[in-house]
Amino acid sequence: MPSLRTAVTAFGRAPLLSVLSVTTIAFSLFAFGLFGLVALNIRKALERVEERVEIRAFIADKTPIEVVAVASDEIAKFPEVLRVDAVTQEQALERAKRELGEFKDVFEFEFLPASLDVKLKPGFRDPATVRRVATRLRDYEFVDDVRYGDEWITQLYRLRNIAGVAGAVLGLAFAGVAVIIIGATIRMAVLARSREISIMRLVGATNGFIRRPFLIEGSIKGILGGVLALFMSYVAMQALERYLHFETVFFTSRIAFLGLASGALIGLAGSAVSIGRHLKSI
Amino acid sequence: MIRFDQVTKIYPRAAGGSAALRDVSFRVAKGEFAFLTGPSGAGKSTILKLLYMDERPNKGDVRISGYSSQDIKQRDIAKLRRRLGIVFQDFRLLEDRTAEQNVAFALEVTDAPRATIGDKVARVLTKVGLASKSTAYPRELSGGEQQRVALARALVNDPFVLIADEPTGNLDERATRGIFQLLREINASGTAVIMATHDLDLVRSSEYRCIELNHGEIVFDSADAPKIPVEID
Repeated sequence: MPSLRTAVTAFGRAPLLSVLSVTTIAFSLFAFGLFGLVALNIRKALERVEERVEIRAFIADKTPIEVVAVASDEIAKFPEVLRVDAVTQEQALERAKRELGEFKDVFEFEFLPASLDVKLKPGFRDPATVRRVATRLRDYEFVDDVRYGDEWITQLYRLRNIAGVAGAVLGLAFAGVAVIIIGATIRMAVLARSREISIMRLVGATNGFIRRPFLIEGSIKGILGGVLALFMSYVAMQALERYLHFETVFFTSRIAFLGLASGALIGLAGSAVSIGRHLKSI
Repeated sequence: MIRFDQVTKIYPRAAGGSAALRDVSFRVAKGEFAFLTGPSGAGKSTILKLLYMDERPNKGDVRISGYSSQDIKQRDIAKLRRRLGIVFQDFRLLEDRTAEQNVAFALEVTDAPRATIGDKVARVLTKVGLASKSTAYPRELSGGEQQRVALARALVNDPFVLIADEPTGNLDERATRGIFQLLREINASGTAVIMATHDLDLVRSSEYRCIELNHGEIVFDSADAPKIPVEID
């Protein structure tokens, strides 16, 4: 394939410029990747907090256990519900002693009511859904009261939404900067070969023929830059874990692959725009 | 084969918007050798650029090998240029490629089969007298030798016309004579040659047709009734 050969040869003909291009692409993607990792870890942390979202339906005294069991099975079938745990008075006391150790001496038997602790599925932990499920639980006659920390859940979701919007805006900004820097780098490579391009045109090369090696070269540079950026991101996360004792999550192989594909795509698009503009200008 | 019909060319950014060419008409027959002469800015290079469709006329029509400047498509321009040989005063060689790679380049861009490229390049380098320097880089060659490489590149696709823009402008007298002799041989083998030059001695020393330009107009054409050439500054 002559275009591929030309693209690979171009690396060898201007090694310094090629290394510079790949490094620039790598650092641009690295900045974007680091931001992605921070966003990913914040999201994971919020998910862990969200897992604690729970609705507690307190059961009236002397409710027959069979009634509670039937209701528990019914509630478990709600589409939003992940799990229902029936907590007896004894278990509630044990839990209170465990969670509030310094007050354990003041707790007495049957001091706390029994409850049905309802956990919701991911995606159903927003304030509106929690409120809706809580209202349905209140409809059961044996339910005395329902608690779910309304204010806490609202705050958590506000934080989640802010993080989501800030992540998207900053992510787009980082991606935009990366595209601009990578585009400029590729434009430099195109300008460095403008003489070759003009000679190609003079001897009868079609625009497609001139374009192809640049597109391949741009994609290769994008992939190489992406690999380097992934490696640098991995090393940065390892360093964070080691020196700050901070437990982090890294990109899954699917996201890493998508990152590499984006690198290739940015390289390809940057080359297409740069060479297209150049061909129009000569 | 080549026809200019009342061609006017105005460069939009030219001082005062003056025309580089004004109502220029002439024809060049198959296998003919024609000089384009005249002072700087007379319109010689514009005629050559119009020939290889690097520029389009504002008025009139340029016809070359069946293509018309009025309706030629970008893709057809590439096809046309594969049938033209073009050389310049500054050689326009790729500095990071050897002589043979520079020549092969013109075949590669036309998607010529790789197996045939080596033979064709060797043959054409022999024709221009540079077989022994095929692996030399342009910086290792003299001006005359570099122009020979440029000529080899122009000839490797067997053009029907060779367009030469001041091909001897950067060369000493000896190299000039060598290149001109080569152009004569190329012409003798059937390829038309259109050569822009300032070198009136070269023009006078040959029997070839001379088209003289001044201020974008043809002021003398030796193919027409004999006229007295206008003295060039």
